Amino acid sequence: MKILYFAWVREKIGKSQEELEIPNSVSTVADLISWLETKGPEYRAAFENKETNNSAIKQSHVDHRTPLNNASEIAFFPPVTGG
Amino acid sequence: MTIRIQTEDFDITKEINLLKEERSKCGKEDVGAIVTFTGTVRDMAGKTPISSMSLEHYPGMTEKQLEAIAEEANKRWPLLGTTIIHRIGELNPGDNIVLVITLSSHRHAAFEAADFLMDFLKSKAPFWKKEQPLEGEANWVDARDSDKKSLTRWEK
Repeated sequence: MKILYFAWVREKIGKSQEELEIPNSVSTVADLISWLETKGPEYRAAFENKETNNSAIKQSHVDHRTPLNNASEIAFFPPVTGG
Repeated sequence: MTIRIQTEDFDITKEINLLKEERSKCGKEDVGAIVTFTGTVRDMAGKTPISSMSLEHYPGMTEKQLEAIAEEANKRWPLLGTTIIHRIGELNPGDNIVLVITLSSHRHAAFEAADFLMDFLKSKAPFWKKEQPLEGEANWVDARDSDKKSLTRWEK
């Protein structure tokens, strides 16, 4: 799965994207966050305040309860501030 | 419908004329109202003077979200043309950030649709601003609750 990070989520994790093999036990966005947090302190820092972590699957906004359903791409980012 | 993400500045008059020409090419001269909104960079972040701003986005998702927002506006109002242009990269106080243009036969539709487009752009389009104060480290801008509240005005 391709995982993209933007803005301060990208800065905290230290990369803009990565390709990861996700275990079968990971079925929702929330599961994926918990799994990423086991990968190191930089991930724990990025997901420290979960309500500030927005996510998108196939470039549409989703909440953390959303199933991954073998999506090829997911993105994590702070609340948007354009305009 | 024109949707563009770009680093370079935009020319408001040129963009208006492009939309008018497009409509004329359809053999129609039924545009009676043109509304434009331009968002620009302020030199203050609250009480902190800033020297510049950088804008990041999620390529692909941004275009998809803006297209969806523009399509929804076209469903709600009888628009005869829509342009959304958003800049990314390094910007300085006074620079243009975003341009929304709506064309319609009558003003109310054009005003309301432009307002609607900006409200949805601000809460759905994946852009992030980082402000560089005159002194100290750059900060990511926090989302405003007031922007979220603005959306509720459009609930059907």
